[in-house]
Amino acid sequence: MKYAYFPGCSLKGTGRAYEESLVPVLRHLGVELQELEDWNCCGATAYMAVDEGKACAAAARNLALAEQTGLRQMLAPCSACYLVLNKAQHYLNEYPAMRQVVGRALQSVGLQCNGDTVVRHPLDVLVNDIGLEAIRQKVTHPLHGLKVAPYYGCQIVRPYATFDDQANPTSMDRLLEALGATVVRWPLKTKCCGGSLTGTLPEAGLRLSYILLKEARKRGADVIATVCPLCQFNLDSYHPQIAARWEPVRLPTVYFSQLMGLAFGLPAEQTVLHRGMVRFHPPPVPAPAGAEKP
Amino acid sequence: MEIKRTIKYEADRVPGFGREIMSVPGCEALEHCIQCGTCSGVCPLSIYMDYTPRQVMELVRSDFKNEVLQSHTIWLCASCYACTVECPRQIRITDIMYELKQRAIKERVYPRRFPIPVLAEEFTRMVHDHGRISETRLVSRMYLRTRPLAAVGMAGLGLQLLKSGRFSWKQDRIKQREQIARIMEAVDRENGKTEA
Ligand code: SF4
Ligand code: SF4
Repeated sequence: MKYAYFPGCSLKGTGRAYEESLVPVLRHLGVELQELEDWNCCGATAYMAVDEGKACAAAARNLALAEQTGLRQMLAPCSACYLVLNKAQHYLNEYPAMRQVVGRALQSVGLQCNGDTVVRHPLDVLVNDIGLEAIRQKVTHPLHGLKVAPYYGCQIVRPYATFDDQANPTSMDRLLEALGATVVRWPLKTKCCGGSLTGTLPEAGLRLSYILLKEARKRGADVIATVCPLCQFNLDSYHPQIAARWEPVRLPTVYFSQLMGLAFGLPAEQTVLHRGMVRFHPPPVPAPAGAEKP
Repeated sequence: MEIKRTIKYEADRVPGFGREIMSVPGCEALEHCIQCGTCSGVCPLSIYMDYTPRQVMELVRSDFKNEVLQSHTIWLCASCYACTVECPRQIRITDIMYELKQRAIKERVYPRRFPIPVLAEEFTRMVHDHGRISETRLVSRMYLRTRPLAAVGMAGLGLQLLKSGRFSWKQDRIKQREQIARIMEAVDRENGKTEA
């Protein structure tokens, strides 16, 4: 299996643990990724607030580059990139005027975008292309006893839910169960973490992160699993500020791909747990299979 | 205490504003709003807003341009899309909020000290110049322009990032930078704008 790959800026910066853990996990499952040559920033939420035509054009340049690879399927692990690339695709297909403007703009630099690349999230690929059974077979260090709160956040299921339920997504729950972990049921799995408001308007933004952490702790989670670099950053980085405003709610937040790496027994430089500010210490390796009592 | 009139007068309207917004791709369905308030109910940030999302929808539709463009609401919207997926009339509230942000930035009427429009501007400039975002640089610039003193308070966070190997001062850039600039200029040309 081979996919075009759009890492996005965060995965090369503060969210590097996501890429560092996801790529080896996918390789371990026989998936090959081809990073787009000279990709540009997708525009994220900020560009949409300035000019939607330009936002679409910035995203569409990447879609055009993806088409050049001939792979037709592109992986976009960051939730904001995933949303923006899908949104651009929708705009180009729904609005002929937008399609014309963006098409001509791309043409001026010799690019072309037909809008037929399917932009996919790693969870979608893992659960629907690779399959939970194949994943289960690779588990050598099951995460028995580990209580994980799966956190999907906003932008992978809203507004374009293509691979999971909008109100109650379960793909990550099922994935974590396949790794042997215990999934904590909590109602906040798709609530907003505050996005960039944690930095721009902390009085409002941080409260949302605080609520998530507090609820996950209340429900007994050992760790939160996330799919997005901004969610990870928000839930991991502001503990001192949250403690000062409300109460301490320390809890590690890692990418689901880091938990997969642990369960597959991948080396520490591929699970990169040292990237967390609240360090996650995985439970000791469980007793060999069969020794367990139900 | 500032005493202000709290009801709106017909004369405050800017006729045509609502139509104009509703003609933007993605914003058309606004005319079907039934003022049910679902959007305000699900919005995780409505408790901080001066106008709730439902009120913003009606203000737009009724041409109260100045009120919405100067509201805090549009900057508090975190683009979580909760309202958009719950709206019984399929109104893309999040996209309408984006459209309002765009206009507020263009007309420079956003509330002073609000770092969000500054972040959006710095963000687009960085994409335009380099093709990619270097988060550390972007956030530092935003702080310097809006709350230089608060930047000091963020030093601890920077240190933590440094320790976990996630801090990078390097400006990431793409090879074909001129492509981005040319694409953006072409969009302006196509939209009939002649921006300096
Ligand atoms: S949920 Fe939709 S119909 Fe109801 S008030 Fe909000 S925008 Fe109007
Ligand atoms: S998208 Fe904006 S207005 Fe809508 S619910 Fe989320 S924060 Fe509120």
